Amino acid sequence: MAIGTAAGLFSGLFGVGGGTVIVPLLLLWLGYGEREATGTSLATIVFIAAFATAVQAAYGNLEFLDGLLIGVPAVGGVMIGTWLQRRLATRSIALLFAAVLVAAAAELLLE
Amino acid sequence: MIGAIAIGLAAGVLAGLLGLGGGVLFVPGLVIFLGLSQHQAEATSLMAIVPVALVGALAQDRRGNVCRPDALRMGLVSIVGAAAGVALANVLSGAVLKTAFALLMLLIAAQLVRRTLGQQSQSSVGAIEREAGG
Repeated sequence: MAIGTAAGLFSGLFGVGGGTVIVPLLLLWLGYGEREATGTSLATIVFIAAFATAVQAAYGNLEFLDGLLIGVPAVGGVMIGTWLQRRLATRSIALLFAAVLVAAAAELLLE
Repeated sequence: MIGAIAIGLAAGVLAGLLGLGGGVLFVPGLVIFLGLSQHQAEATSLMAIVPVALVGALAQDRRGNVCRPDALRMGLVSIVGAAAGVALANVLSGAVLKTAFALLMLLIAAQLVRRTLGQQSQSSVGAIEREAGG
């Protein structure tokens, strides 16, 4: 119950899925294994994101076409990414990407 | 239009590769490359997350990794939280929300670095143990 509420708040506020909140809490509080936590978190996010989208749309913030144009190719992208992940050494990519995240955060702050 | 498709594809590949959620990539992509406001970007990111999470959840469910009762329970409870979170986001100004989001990105970057370096030390410990054992 608490996990769902916290995840919903987090997701609604930041426009992200909420896996950052759900996965660690399932691991820590409910004693989930890592795979079950990831799978269950994804299923929960479907509800959270769909509902939060509807509320955001009511506020007039939703760019429907962009959402479609990003969401559908992203499904293919995730499949490619997951496939690559089993075949590449992701360590250096992860560190490089952390640097990109920091740069993008700086860009947001300066804009 | 091509910009949006490129953001979706690139963010999806990175999310799959690094085990991140799409949202943390969709939002800055929409703000920086498509010039959406922080509020519009968050709303649009939420919508884009739905198909990604749905396909991921179905794939995980086939492997028996989804605890359906818990997912349903959390999903239904989260509706209240999600409505409150969206309302809170819409009370905050774009500048405040953008700053908060940038801090979240820094946090996730730090988590990614810690996880990556943690894996490294674990696998090197594993290698040492294997060597010692063999």
